[in-house]
Amino acid sequence: MTFSEFAIATIIKILVILGVISAMAGFGTYLERKVLAFMQRRLGPMHVGPYGLLQVLADGIKLFTKEDIVPQNTVKPIFMIAPIISAATAFIALAAVPLLPEFTVFGITVHPIVADINVGILFVLGLMASGLFGPLLAGMASANKWGLLGAARTVIQLLSYEVVTGLSILAPLMLVGSLSLIDINNYQAGGFAEWIVWKQPVAFVLFLIAGFAETNRTPFDLLEHEAEIVSGYATEYSGMRWGMFFIGEYANMITLGFLASLVFLGGFNDWGFIPGGLAIILKVSFIFFFFLWTRAAWPHVRPDQLMWLCWKVLMPIAVLNVVVTGFVLMM
Amino acid sequence: MSLEQFKDRNIAQNYTYIPIDKPPMKPMDKFKRVVRRTFKGELFVGLWVVFREMIRFNIHTVKYPLEKLPISPRYRAVHKLYRHLESGNERCIGCGLCEKICIANCIRIDTRYDENQRKEVTEYTINLGRCIFCGYCADVCPELAIVHGQRYENASEQRAHFVLKDDMLTPLDFLKEGKQEEFPGFGAVSPNADERIKKTPLAY
Repeated sequence: MTFSEFAIATIIKILVILGVISAMAGFGTYLERKVLAFMQRRLGPMHVGPYGLLQVLADGIKLFTKEDIVPQNTVKPIFMIAPIISAATAFIALAAVPLLPEFTVFGITVHPIVADINVGILFVLGLMASGLFGPLLAGMASANKWGLLGAARTVIQLLSYEVVTGLSILAPLMLVGSLSLIDINNYQAGGFAEWIVWKQPVAFVLFLIAGFAETNRTPFDLLEHEAEIVSGYATEYSGMRWGMFFIGEYANMITLGFLASLVFLGGFNDWGFIPGGLAIILKVSFIFFFFLWTRAAWPHVRPDQLMWLCWKVLMPIAVLNVVVTGFVLMM
Repeated sequence: MSLEQFKDRNIAQNYTYIPIDKPPMKPMDKFKRVVRRTFKGELFVGLWVVFREMIRFNIHTVKYPLEKLPISPRYRAVHKLYRHLESGNERCIGCGLCEKICIANCIRIDTRYDENQRKEVTEYTINLGRCIFCGYCADVCPELAIVHGQRYENASEQRAHFVLKDDMLTPLDFLKEGKQEEFPGFGAVSPNADERIKKTPLAY
Protein backbone atom coordinates (compact mmCIF):
# COMPACT_ATOMS: atom_id res chain seq x y z
CA MET A 1 0.00 0.00 0.00
CA THR A 2 1.54 3.27 -1.06
CA PHE A 3 1.44 6.35 1.08
CA SER A 4 -1.22 8.06 -1.06
CA GLU A 5 -3.49 5.02 -0.84
CA PHE A 6 -3.00 4.96 2.90
CA ALA A 7 -3.76 8.67 3.20
CA ILE A 8 -6.91 8.42 1.10
CA ALA A 9 -8.14 5.38 3.01
CA THR A 10 -7.48 7.07 6.34
CA ILE A 11 -9.27 10.26 5.32
CA ILE A 12 -12.27 8.27 4.14
CA LYS A 13 -12.32 6.37 7.43
CA ILE A 14 -12.10 9.60 9.40
CA LEU A 15 -14.97 11.16 7.47
CA VAL A 16 -17.13 8.05 7.82
CA ILE A 17 -16.47 7.80 11.56
CA LEU A 18 -17.14 11.51 12.06
CA GLY A 19 -20.37 11.35 10.09
CA VAL A 20 -21.66 8.09 11.49
CA ILE A 21 -20.77 8.78 15.09
CA SER A 22 -22.20 12.31 15.09
CA ALA A 23 -25.37 10.96 13.47
CA MET A 24 -25.49 8.24 16.11
CA ALA A 25 -24.93 10.83 18.81
CA GLY A 26 -27.87 12.81 17.45
CA PHE A 27 -30.00 9.72 17.19
CA GLY A 28 -28.88 8.84 20.71
CA THR A 29 -30.64 11.91 22.05
CA TYR A 30 -33.83 10.72 20.37
CA LEU A 31 -33.41 7.23 21.80
CA GLU A 32 -32.72 8.63 25.23
CA ARG A 33 -35.86 10.72 25.20
CA LYS A 34 -37.96 7.82 23.93
CA VAL A 35 -36.61 5.21 26.32
CA LEU A 36 -36.86 7.53 29.30
CA ALA A 37 -40.39 8.43 28.27
CA PHE A 38 -41.50 4.83 27.97
CA MET A 39 -39.99 3.99 31.33
CA GLN A 40 -41.90 6.89 32.86
CA ARG A 41 -45.19 6.04 31.09
CA ARG A 42 -44.89 8.96 28.71
CA LEU A 43 -44.77 9.04 24.93
CA GLY A 44 -41.74 11.24 24.34
CA PRO A 45 -41.33 13.18 21.11
CA MET A 46 -44.24 12.33 18.83
CA HIS A 47 -45.04 15.25 16.58
CA VAL A 48 -42.08 15.86 14.27
CA GLY A 49 -42.18 13.11 11.68
CA PRO A 50 -43.44 9.56 12.27
CA TYR A 51 -43.14 8.76 15.99
CA GLY A 52 -41.07 11.91 16.39
CA LEU A 53 -38.17 10.50 14.38
CA LEU A 54 -37.37 13.86 12.80
CA GLN A 55 -37.10 15.51 16.20
CA VAL A 56 -33.32 15.15 15.92
CA LEU A 57 -33.40 17.14 12.69
CA ALA A 58 -35.57 19.83 14.24
CA ASP A 59 -33.26 20.07 17.23
CA GLY A 60 -30.27 20.25 14.92
CA ILE A 61 -31.78 23.10 12.92
CA LYS A 62 -32.62 24.87 16.15
CA LEU A 63 -29.10 24.46 17.53
CA PHE A 64 -27.42 25.57 14.31
CA THR A 65 -29.54 28.66 13.79
CA LYS A 66 -29.60 29.85 17.39
CA GLU A 67 -27.66 32.94 18.26
CA ASP A 68 -24.20 32.18 19.56
CA ILE A 69 -24.12 34.29 22.71
CA VAL A 70 -20.82 35.07 24.39
CA PRO A 71 -21.68 36.86 27.61
CA GLN A 72 -19.84 39.82 29.07
CA ASN A 73 -16.87 39.25 31.39
CA THR A 74 -16.11 35.84 29.92
CA VAL A 75 -12.64 34.96 28.76
CA LYS A 76 -13.69 34.97 25.14
CA PRO A 77 -11.13 32.74 23.38
CA ILE A 78 -11.30 30.07 26.06
CA PHE A 79 -15.06 30.30 26.28
CA MET A 80 -15.30 29.77 22.56
CA ILE A 81 -12.77 26.95 22.31
CA ALA A 82 -13.95 24.87 25.28
CA PRO A 83 -16.84 23.05 23.55
CA ILE A 84 -14.56 22.23 20.65
CA ILE A 85 -12.15 20.53 23.06
CA SER A 86 -15.01 18.53 24.46
CA ALA A 87 -16.27 17.32 21.09
CA ALA A 88 -12.86 16.92 19.46
CA THR A 89 -11.31 14.77 22.19
CA ALA A 90 -14.37 12.53 22.12
CA PHE A 91 -13.92 11.96 18.39
CA ILE A 92 -10.14 11.66 18.47
CA ALA A 93 -10.50 8.97 21.12
CA LEU A 94 -12.46 6.93 18.58
CA ALA A 95 -9.45 6.89 16.25
CA ALA A 96 -7.76 4.03 18.08
CA VAL A 97 -10.94 2.00 18.59
CA PRO A 98 -11.53 -0.88 16.18
CA LEU A 99 -15.22 -0.40 15.49
CA LEU A 100 -15.94 -3.52 13.42
CA PRO A 101 -14.07 -6.63 12.28
CA GLU A 102 -12.21 -6.49 8.97
CA PHE A 103 -14.39 -6.72 5.92
CA THR A 104 -13.91 -6.62 2.15
CA VAL A 105 -15.61 -4.13 -0.15
CA PHE A 106 -14.92 -4.11 -3.94
CA GLY A 107 -11.93 -6.36 -3.41
CA ILE A 108 -10.33 -4.02 -0.87
CA THR A 109 -9.84 -5.24 2.68
CA VAL A 110 -10.96 -2.54 5.09
CA HIS A 111 -9.67 -2.28 8.64
CA PRO A 112 -12.32 -0.21 10.41
CA ILE A 113 -9.82 1.50 12.68
CA VAL A 114 -8.19 4.81 11.86
CA ALA A 115 -4.91 4.20 13.64
CA ASP A 116 -3.97 0.75 14.94
CA ILE A 117 -1.46 1.98 17.49
CA ASN A 118 0.05 -0.46 19.94
CA VAL A 119 -1.01 1.58 22.98
CA GLY A 120 -4.62 1.82 21.81
CA ILE A 121 -6.42 1.64 25.11
CA LEU A 122 -4.01 4.02 26.79
CA PHE A 123 -4.59 6.51 23.98
CA VAL A 124 -8.38 6.22 24.25
CA LEU A 125 -8.43 6.58 28.03
CA GLY A 126 -5.96 9.46 27.85
CA LEU A 127 -8.07 11.38 25.39
CA MET A 128 -11.26 10.71 27.31
CA ALA A 129 -9.50 12.07 30.37
CA SER A 130 -8.20 15.14 28.55
CA GLY A 131 -11.80 15.74 27.48
CA LEU A 132 -12.35 17.06 30.98
CA PHE A 133 -10.59 20.24 29.88
CA GLY A 134 -13.74 21.09 27.92
CA PRO A 135 -16.08 21.38 30.90
CA LEU A 136 -13.29 22.70 33.12
CA LEU A 137 -12.31 25.57 30.83
CA ALA A 138 -15.94 26.26 29.93
CA GLY A 139 -16.93 26.63 33.55
CA MET A 140 -13.89 28.67 34.51
CA ALA A 141 -14.19 31.00 31.54
CA SER A 142 -17.89 31.72 31.64
CA ALA A 143 -17.91 34.18 34.57
CA ASN A 144 -20.78 32.39 36.25
CA LYS A 145 -20.86 30.88 39.70
CA TRP A 146 -22.88 27.88 38.55
CA GLY A 147 -20.37 27.38 35.77
CA LEU A 148 -17.53 27.55 38.25
CA LEU A 149 -19.17 25.02 40.55
CA GLY A 150 -19.78 22.77 37.57
CA ALA A 151 -16.13 23.06 36.57
CA ALA A 152 -14.99 22.24 40.09
CA ARG A 153 -17.22 19.20 40.16
CA THR A 154 -15.90 18.14 36.77
CA VAL A 155 -12.38 18.08 38.11
CA ILE A 156 -13.13 16.21 41.32
CA GLN A 157 -15.29 13.69 39.49
CA LEU A 158 -13.34 13.00 36.33
CA LEU A 159 -9.89 13.08 37.92
CA SER A 160 -10.77 10.71 40.73
CA TYR A 161 -12.71 8.31 38.56
CA GLU A 162 -9.88 8.27 36.06
CA VAL A 163 -7.92 6.45 38.77
CA VAL A 164 -10.60 3.79 39.10
CA THR A 165 -10.85 3.34 35.34
CA GLY A 166 -7.11 2.89 35.01
CA LEU A 167 -6.83 0.47 37.91
CA SER A 168 -9.86 -1.55 36.90
CA ILE A 169 -8.65 -1.97 33.35
CA LEU A 170 -5.17 -2.86 34.54
CA ALA A 171 -6.20 -6.37 35.61
CA PRO A 172 -7.53 -7.44 32.18
CA LEU A 173 -4.48 -5.85 30.57
CA MET A 174 -2.26 -8.03 32.80
CA LEU A 175 -4.10 -11.07 31.46
CA VAL A 176 -3.76 -10.04 27.84
CA GLY A 177 -0.30 -8.53 28.00
CA SER A 178 -0.95 -5.92 25.36
CA LEU A 179 -2.43 -2.44 25.18
CA SER A 180 -3.67 -2.78 21.63
CA LEU A 181 -7.41 -3.13 21.46
CA ILE A 182 -7.10 -5.57 18.57
CA ASP A 183 -4.87 -7.84 20.66
CA ILE A 184 -7.34 -7.63 23.53
CA ASN A 185 -10.10 -8.56 21.11
CA ASN A 186 -8.17 -11.49 19.67
CA TYR A 187 -7.45 -12.77 23.18
CA GLN A 188 -11.19 -13.44 23.52
CA ALA A 189 -11.55 -15.16 20.15
CA GLY A 190 -12.46 -18.51 21.76
CA GLY A 191 -16.14 -17.62 22.09
CA PHE A 192 -18.56 -16.83 24.86
CA ALA A 193 -16.63 -18.67 27.58
CA GLU A 194 -13.43 -16.76 26.76
CA TRP A 195 -14.84 -13.32 27.47
CA ILE A 196 -12.73 -11.43 29.96
CA VAL A 197 -15.82 -10.50 31.97
CA TRP A 198 -15.93 -14.09 33.34
CA LYS A 199 -12.33 -13.83 34.50
CA GLN A 200 -12.56 -10.24 35.72
CA PRO A 201 -16.16 -9.56 36.84
CA VAL A 202 -15.06 -7.10 39.52
CA ALA A 203 -13.00 -5.12 37.03
CA PHE A 204 -15.99 -5.03 34.68
CA VAL A 205 -18.31 -3.62 37.32
CA LEU A 206 -15.71 -1.07 38.42
CA PHE A 207 -15.06 -0.04 34.83
CA LEU A 208 -18.78 0.46 34.20
CA ILE A 209 -19.22 2.54 37.37
CA ALA A 210 -16.21 4.68 36.51
CA GLY A 211 -17.52 4.96 32.97
CA PHE A 212 -20.76 6.42 34.25
CA ALA A 213 -18.75 9.00 36.15
CA GLU A 214 -16.51 9.81 33.20
CA THR A 215 -19.33 10.33 30.73
CA ASN A 216 -21.19 12.09 33.56
CA ARG A 217 -24.32 10.00 33.24
CA THR A 218 -27.04 9.93 35.80
CA PRO A 219 -25.96 8.38 39.04
CA PHE A 220 -22.97 10.71 38.80
CA ASP A 221 -24.13 13.64 36.67
CA LEU A 222 -23.15 16.29 39.15
CA LEU A 223 -21.60 18.46 36.47
CA GLU A 224 -24.90 19.69 35.19
CA HIS A 225 -27.26 18.89 37.98
CA GLU A 226 -30.23 21.10 37.09
CA ALA A 227 -31.69 21.18 40.56
CA GLU A 228 -28.47 22.36 42.17
CA ILE A 229 -26.30 24.27 39.72
CA VAL A 230 -28.69 25.16 36.85
CA SER A 231 -26.71 23.54 34.07
CA GLY A 232 -23.24 23.46 35.54
CA TYR A 233 -20.44 24.33 33.16
CA ALA A 234 -22.89 24.71 30.24
CA THR A 235 -25.03 27.38 31.93
CA GLU A 236 -23.82 30.25 29.78
CA TYR A 237 -23.70 28.33 26.52
CA SER A 238 -26.27 28.42 23.76
CA GLY A 239 -26.70 27.22 20.23
CA MET A 240 -24.16 24.97 18.61
CA ARG A 241 -21.49 25.51 21.23
CA TRP A 242 -23.85 24.02 23.78
CA GLY A 243 -24.71 21.31 21.28
CA MET A 244 -21.06 20.38 20.90
CA PHE A 245 -20.83 19.49 24.59
CA PHE A 246 -23.67 17.10 24.04
CA ILE A 247 -22.27 15.59 20.88
CA GLY A 248 -19.08 15.08 22.89
CA GLU A 249 -20.99 13.46 25.74
CA TYR A 250 -22.86 11.08 23.49
CA ALA A 251 -19.73 10.27 21.45
CA ASN A 252 -18.03 9.48 24.77
CA MET A 253 -20.89 7.18 25.70
CA ILE A 254 -20.47 5.35 22.39
CA THR A 255 -16.69 5.15 22.87
CA LEU A 256 -17.18 3.77 26.34
CA GLY A 257 -19.64 1.24 25.00
CA PHE A 258 -17.05 0.11 22.46
CA LEU A 259 -14.32 -0.04 25.10
CA ALA A 260 -16.41 -2.08 27.51
CA SER A 261 -17.48 -4.52 24.83
CA LEU A 262 -13.98 -4.83 23.36
CA VAL A 263 -12.19 -5.31 26.65
CA PHE A 264 -14.74 -7.30 28.62
CA LEU A 265 -17.52 -8.60 26.41
CA GLY A 266 -15.68 -10.42 23.66
CA GLY A 267 -15.34 -7.54 21.21
CA PHE A 268 -16.13 -8.22 17.58
CA ASN A 269 -15.51 -11.95 17.63
CA ASP A 270 -18.32 -14.10 16.29
CA TRP A 271 -20.81 -14.84 19.02
CA GLY A 272 -22.38 -18.21 18.27
CA PHE A 273 -24.30 -17.76 15.05
CA ILE A 274 -24.15 -13.94 15.26
CA PRO A 275 -21.39 -12.50 13.03
CA GLY A 276 -18.81 -10.34 14.76
CA GLY A 277 -19.89 -7.03 13.26
CA LEU A 278 -23.45 -7.47 14.45
CA ALA A 279 -22.31 -8.83 17.80
CA ILE A 280 -20.33 -5.73 18.72
CA ILE A 281 -23.16 -3.46 17.58
CA LEU A 282 -25.55 -5.41 19.81
CA LYS A 283 -23.17 -5.17 22.76
CA VAL A 284 -22.62 -1.43 22.31
CA SER A 285 -26.36 -0.90 21.94
CA PHE A 286 -26.99 -2.77 25.16
CA ILE A 287 -24.44 -0.69 27.05
CA PHE A 288 -25.95 2.49 25.59
CA PHE A 289 -29.39 1.27 26.64
CA PHE A 290 -28.01 0.52 30.08
CA PHE A 291 -26.89 4.15 30.36
CA LEU A 292 -30.45 5.30 29.62
CA TRP A 293 -31.95 2.62 31.84
CA THR A 294 -30.03 3.68 34.92
CA ARG A 295 -30.94 7.27 34.20
CA ALA A 296 -34.60 6.36 34.47
CA ALA A 297 -34.17 4.18 37.54
CA TRP A 298 -31.53 5.59 39.84
CA PRO A 299 -31.24 8.85 41.76
CA HIS A 300 -28.24 11.13 41.77
CA VAL A 301 -25.60 10.94 44.45
CA ARG A 302 -24.22 13.90 46.35
CA PRO A 303 -20.69 15.10 45.55
CA ASP A 304 -19.37 13.90 48.92
CA GLN A 305 -20.99 10.49 48.37
CA LEU A 306 -19.38 10.41 44.95
CA MET A 307 -15.93 11.04 46.39
CA TRP A 308 -16.57 8.59 49.21
CA LEU A 309 -17.55 5.91 46.75
CA CYS A 310 -14.52 6.53 44.57
CA TRP A 311 -11.74 6.77 47.11
CA LYS A 312 -13.00 4.64 49.98
CA VAL A 313 -14.78 1.85 48.12
CA LEU A 314 -13.96 1.54 44.45
CA MET A 315 -10.26 2.31 44.55
CA PRO A 316 -9.39 -0.19 47.30
CA ILE A 317 -11.41 -2.84 45.50
CA ALA A 318 -9.63 -2.03 42.24
CA VAL A 319 -6.22 -2.25 43.89
CA LEU A 320 -7.15 -5.54 45.56
CA ASN A 321 -8.35 -6.83 42.22
CA VAL A 322 -5.04 -5.97 40.59
CA VAL A 323 -3.07 -7.59 43.42
CA VAL A 324 -5.14 -10.77 43.37
CA THR A 325 -4.87 -10.98 39.59
CA GLY A 326 -1.10 -10.59 39.88
CA PHE A 327 -0.82 -13.41 42.41
CA VAL A 328 -3.01 -15.68 40.32
CA LEU A 329 -0.91 -14.93 37.23
CA MET A 330 2.31 -15.67 39.12
CA MET A 331 1.12 -19.07 40.28
CA MET B 1 -72.40 1.21 50.05
CA SER B 2 -74.09 0.43 53.33
CA LEU B 3 -74.45 2.80 56.23
CA GLU B 4 -72.21 0.58 58.32
CA GLN B 5 -69.24 1.32 56.09
CA PHE B 6 -69.93 5.02 56.28
CA LYS B 7 -69.89 5.00 60.06
CA ASP B 8 -66.52 3.25 60.21
CA ARG B 9 -64.22 6.19 59.89
CA ASN B 10 -61.04 4.60 61.16
CA ILE B 11 -58.76 5.69 58.35
CA ALA B 12 -55.70 3.99 59.77
CA GLN B 13 -57.04 0.49 59.20
CA ASN B 14 -54.84 -0.25 56.18
CA TYR B 15 -51.65 1.35 57.44
CA THR B 16 -48.69 -0.61 58.74
CA TYR B 17 -46.06 0.75 61.06
CA ILE B 18 -42.54 0.68 59.61
CA PRO B 19 -39.86 0.67 62.28
CA ILE B 20 -36.93 2.94 61.43
CA ASP B 21 -33.64 2.04 63.05
CA LYS B 22 -31.28 4.60 64.48
CA PRO B 23 -28.42 5.49 62.11
CA PRO B 24 -25.20 3.65 62.97
CA MET B 25 -22.59 5.65 64.85
CA LYS B 26 -19.59 3.33 65.13
CA PRO B 27 -17.38 2.88 62.06
CA MET B 28 -17.90 -0.87 62.09
CA ASP B 29 -21.68 -0.45 62.10
CA LYS B 30 -21.43 2.03 59.25
CA PHE B 31 -19.33 -0.42 57.32
CA LYS B 32 -21.86 -3.19 57.97
CA ARG B 33 -24.64 -0.93 56.71
CA VAL B 34 -22.71 -0.20 53.51
CA VAL B 35 -22.16 -3.90 52.89
CA ARG B 36 -25.80 -4.69 53.65
CA ARG B 37 -27.03 -2.01 51.30
CA THR B 38 -24.59 -2.96 48.57
CA PHE B 39 -25.69 -6.56 48.41
CA LYS B 40 -29.37 -5.97 49.06
CA GLY B 41 -30.08 -5.52 45.37
CA GLU B 42 -32.27 -2.46 45.76
CA LEU B 43 -30.64 -0.90 42.72
CA PHE B 44 -31.79 -3.85 40.65
CA VAL B 45 -35.30 -3.51 42.01
CA GLY B 46 -35.28 0.03 40.66
CA LEU B 47 -34.01 -1.16 37.30
CA TRP B 48 -36.68 -3.85 37.18
CA VAL B 49 -39.49 -1.42 38.03
CA VAL B 50 -38.74 0.96 35.18
CA PHE B 51 -38.08 -1.91 32.78
CA ARG B 52 -41.41 -3.50 33.70
CA GLU B 53 -43.17 -0.22 32.98
CA MET B 54 -41.44 -0.02 29.60
CA ILE B 55 -42.55 -3.54 28.66
CA ARG B 56 -46.10 -3.00 29.85
CA PHE B 57 -46.23 0.11 27.68
CA ASN B 58 -49.04 1.52 29.76
CA ILE B 59 -48.73 5.09 28.49
CA HIS B 60 -50.55 7.75 30.44
CA THR B 61 -49.92 10.68 28.13
CA VAL B 62 -52.95 12.66 27.01
CA LYS B 63 -52.11 14.33 23.72
CA TYR B 64 -53.85 17.46 24.86
CA PRO B 65 -55.02 19.45 21.87
CA LEU B 66 -56.11 16.22 20.18
CA GLU B 67 -57.40 14.41 23.26
CA LYS B 68 -59.03 15.94 26.30
CA LEU B 69 -59.74 14.61 29.73
CA PRO B 70 -63.38 14.77 30.79
CA ILE B 71 -64.08 17.60 33.21
CA SER B 72 -66.54 17.69 36.05
CA PRO B 73 -70.08 18.69 35.09
CA ARG B 74 -69.85 21.31 37.83
CA TYR B 75 -66.80 22.91 36.26
CA ARG B 76 -67.24 26.68 35.89
CA ALA B 77 -65.82 27.76 32.56
CA VAL B 78 -66.99 30.38 30.04
CA HIS B 79 -70.62 31.34 30.56
CA LYS B 80 -73.53 30.37 28.35
CA LEU B 81 -76.69 32.35 27.78
CA TYR B 82 -79.71 30.12 27.26
CA ARG B 83 -82.86 30.50 25.19
CA HIS B 84 -86.41 29.39 25.85
CA LEU B 85 -86.94 25.96 24.38
CA GLU B 86 -90.19 26.67 22.53
CA SER B 87 -90.06 30.27 21.44
CA GLY B 88 -86.34 30.61 21.05
CA ASN B 89 -86.37 33.95 22.85
CA GLU B 90 -83.59 34.80 25.21
CA ARG B 91 -84.29 33.71 28.74
CA CYS B 92 -82.66 36.76 30.23
CA ILE B 93 -85.29 39.16 31.57
CA GLY B 94 -82.84 41.95 32.25
CA CYS B 95 -83.36 41.92 36.01
CA GLY B 96 -79.72 42.90 36.55
CA LEU B 97 -79.15 40.60 39.52
CA CYS B 98 -76.02 39.12 37.98
CA GLU B 99 -74.64 42.57 37.33
CA LYS B 100 -75.26 43.46 40.98
CA ILE B 101 -73.84 40.32 42.53
CA CYS B 102 -70.76 40.13 40.30
CA ILE B 103 -67.84 40.65 42.67
CA ALA B 104 -65.37 41.18 39.86
CA ASN B 105 -67.64 43.83 38.37
CA CYS B 106 -67.35 42.35 34.93
CA ILE B 107 -71.00 41.99 33.82
CA ARG B 108 -72.73 44.86 32.12
CA ILE B 109 -76.37 44.89 31.00
CA ASP B 110 -78.28 47.51 28.98
CA THR B 111 -82.04 47.17 28.76
CA ARG B 112 -84.94 49.06 27.23
CA TYR B 113 -88.72 48.67 27.00
CA ASP B 114 -89.84 47.24 23.69
CA GLU B 115 -93.12 48.08 21.90
CA ASN B 116 -95.08 45.71 24.20
CA GLN B 117 -93.69 47.44 27.26
CA ARG B 118 -91.63 44.32 28.05
CA LYS B 119 -88.05 44.59 29.10
CA GLU B 120 -85.58 43.70 26.39
CA VAL B 121 -81.84 43.18 26.84
CA THR B 122 -79.96 45.27 24.30
CA GLU B 123 -76.45 44.70 25.62
CA TYR B 124 -75.15 41.85 27.68
CA THR B 125 -71.39 41.63 28.07
CA ILE B 126 -69.18 39.70 30.44
CA ASN B 127 -65.59 40.84 30.50
CA LEU B 128 -63.99 37.42 30.68
CA GLY B 129 -60.61 39.01 31.22
CA ARG B 130 -61.85 40.21 34.59
CA CYS B 131 -64.23 37.40 35.43
CA ILE B 132 -63.01 35.19 38.28
CA PHE B 133 -65.48 32.39 37.39
CA CYS B 134 -66.96 32.34 40.89
CA GLY B 135 -70.36 31.24 39.63
CA TYR B 136 -72.42 33.81 41.57
CA CYS B 137 -74.14 35.06 38.42
CA ALA B 138 -75.32 31.55 37.55
CA ASP B 139 -76.33 31.02 41.17
CA VAL B 140 -78.39 34.17 41.42
CA CYS B 141 -80.09 34.04 38.03
CA PRO B 142 -83.83 33.44 38.62
CA GLU B 143 -84.47 32.31 35.05
CA LEU B 144 -81.52 29.89 34.62
CA ALA B 145 -80.57 32.16 31.75
CA ILE B 146 -76.87 32.50 32.46
CA VAL B 147 -75.02 29.31 33.34
CA HIS B 148 -71.45 28.12 33.26
CA GLY B 149 -70.37 26.03 30.32
CA GLN B 150 -67.49 23.59 29.82
CA ARG B 151 -65.44 25.66 27.37
CA TYR B 152 -62.19 26.34 29.22
CA GLU B 153 -59.98 27.13 26.24
CA ASN B 154 -60.63 30.84 26.12
CA ALA B 155 -57.29 32.20 25.03
CA SER B 156 -57.54 34.87 22.38
CA GLU B 157 -55.51 37.33 20.40
CA GLN B 158 -57.66 40.34 21.23
CA ARG B 159 -59.24 41.55 24.42
CA ALA B 160 -62.44 42.34 22.51
CA HIS B 161 -62.97 38.62 22.10
CA PHE B 162 -63.38 38.24 25.84
CA VAL B 163 -66.73 40.02 25.91
CA LEU B 164 -68.66 38.64 22.95
CA LYS B 165 -72.28 37.93 23.73
CA ASP B 166 -72.72 35.98 20.51
CA ASP B 167 -70.26 33.36 21.69
CA MET B 168 -72.18 32.77 24.88
CA LEU B 169 -75.74 32.83 23.54
CA THR B 170 -77.12 29.49 22.36
CA PRO B 171 -77.34 29.65 18.55
CA LEU B 172 -80.89 29.23 17.22
CA ASP B 173 -80.14 26.22 14.99
CA PHE B 174 -78.39 24.58 17.91
CA LEU B 175 -81.52 25.13 19.99
CA LYS B 176 -83.78 23.66 17.31
CA GLU B 177 -81.72 20.49 17.27
CA GLY B 178 -82.48 20.18 20.97
CA LYS B 179 -78.86 20.38 22.00
CA GLN B 180 -79.29 22.99 24.70
CA GLU B 181 -78.91 20.92 27.85
CA GLU B 182 -80.76 22.12 30.90
CA PHE B 183 -78.58 23.43 33.68
CA PRO B 184 -79.30 21.48 36.88
CA GLY B 185 -78.60 24.52 38.98
CA PHE B 186 -75.42 25.84 40.44
CA GLY B 187 -74.01 23.45 43.02
CA ALA B 188 -76.02 20.47 41.82
CA VAL B 189 -74.40 17.10 42.32
CA SER B 190 -72.63 15.70 39.32
CA PRO B 191 -74.26 12.77 37.48
CA ASN B 192 -71.60 10.30 38.58
CA ALA B 193 -71.59 11.48 42.18
CA ASP B 194 -72.61 8.06 43.53
CA GLU B 195 -69.58 6.31 42.07
CA ARG B 196 -67.16 8.91 43.26
CA ILE B 197 -68.32 9.10 46.86
CA LYS B 198 -65.63 8.36 49.42
CA LYS B 199 -65.36 8.09 53.14
CA THR B 200 -64.46 11.31 54.86
CA PRO B 201 -61.16 10.82 56.67
CA LEU B 202 -61.96 12.29 60.04
CA ALA B 203 -60.25 10.01 62.52
CA TYR B 204 -56.67 11.15 62.52
